[in-house]
Amino acid sequence: MAKILIPTPLRQFAEKNNSVDVAAATVGEALASLTTQFPDLRKNLFNDEGKLRSFVNVYVNDEDIRYLQKDATAVGDGDTISIVPSIAGGRC
Amino acid sequence: MLTQEEVSRYSRHLIMPEVGVDGQEKLKAAKVLLIGTGGLGAPVAMYLAAAGVGTIGLVDFDVVDVSNLQRQVIHGTKDIGKKKIDSAEETMRDINPLIKIVKHEVALTSENALAIMRDYDIIADGTDNFPTRFLINDACVMLNKPNVYASIFRFEGQATIFAADGGPCYRCLYPEPPPPGLVPSCAEGGVLGILPGVVGLIQATEVVKLILGAGEPLIGRLMLYDALAMRFRELKLRKNPECICSTGDVKLIDYDHFCGIQKPEPPPVVGEISPTEVKTMIDSRQDFILIDVREPHEFQIGRIPTSNLIPLGELPKRIADLDPNAHYVLHCKMGGRSAKGCDALRAAGFKRVFNMTGGITAWSEQVDPTVPKY
Ligand SMILES: [Zn+2]
Repeated sequence: MAKILIPTPLRQFAEKNNSVDVAAATVGEALASLTTQFPDLRKNLFNDEGKLRSFVNVYVNDEDIRYLQKDATAVGDGDTISIVPSIAGGRC
Repeated sequence: MLTQEEVSRYSRHLIMPEVGVDGQEKLKAAKVLLIGTGGLGAPVAMYLAAAGVGTIGLVDFDVVDVSNLQRQVIHGTKDIGKKKIDSAEETMRDINPLIKIVKHEVALTSENALAIMRDYDIIADGTDNFPTRFLINDACVMLNKPNVYASIFRFEGQATIFAADGGPCYRCLYPEPPPPGLVPSCAEGGVLGILPGVVGLIQATEVVKLILGAGEPLIGRLMLYDALAMRFRELKLRKNPECICSTGDVKLIDYDHFCGIQKPEPPPVVGEISPTEVKTMIDSRQDFILIDVREPHEFQIGRIPTSNLIPLGELPKRIADLDPNAHYVLHCKMGGRSAKGCDALRAAGFKRVFNMTGGITAWSEQVDPTVPKY
């Protein structure tokens, strides 16, 4: 099982979970499993073509999947997948 | 050269070999621009002033509002209604009269950004919106100045240094800003008042380290802070060879022209209804269902008496219980979430669905001031 960490802005679409364990061999499978479980997350993570949105990054442990094998990046027991959306707050 | 007064004031720095007289002189000679004097800018400005950063520029055009005081500790109750840069300057002068404070009372735009930022060594981004963050990044890339970055949401923060020599920039991480509506703002999402203190001081720490050339700067690393878990995590940031910071293909853009985030009042569109019209419908006992899509804790702060609470996240599950032929008005705090709720109902085949513009905030302003604004 890999653990997916759900960031604060997206928890409202994942029944307020801050992490979800999924059985998956790759990042792509893990995110597919996540968005099957929580369909409302899908449009926040993926665009209409099914590609990850440009303001959302996905990390396996501390590495950006864009510099690994993207969706095909292997995950296994003990790996942590982080979804890191851009947040803008500061002056507010 | 440090004056006798400065030697006394900064003695705790001077006796530390990592700073010393040389370091304090570097701080005195440094010019740092703080963009935004809100949640993040407040602690950064106060501590950098105290530390003896010789020139501190402030960019802000906002005025102090009572709802700022829960976190913007540079401003006080006596400052409500004052310009934030004036209030910030006063606090900083009280902390340290020996430094120079330069006030820029403007909104940063593609036209003025380079001229304002050019005179500074380090830029600290403490703004609250994507258009300005992308503008600051791009200007820092063009001017080759480090952008000490932080952002906050509810109880989470992010911090890093962008556009430092050889390091990644904001666009290496996120190539473009999100479309409006997909990412909640602080005003809609809230922020734990203490959070910008912790995250802002990470920013201030990195500014001081860059000036001193001390330690390991937060370059190529994104620090994530979760206040509820009290956990810091670090992710690797890499310079994207296709990014503007590598290709040099940089042009300043005012994203708000098409991003819509900063526009004050969008023109009314089909499917919207104003709070005063809703009030008239209630008073004339028209047959419609008013749905408040905010969260229960917001509903507790204040509500419209005839409203029914269905938080946006629960709406999809409740659609089956709702009559698709009825007349609906949805509202939230400011109109963003209820617009999404309206979309969901329309997508489910509901025909008469209206979004109350400006949410309960506008209701409080236009109809019933006894409903507290938050
Ligand atoms: Zn870049």
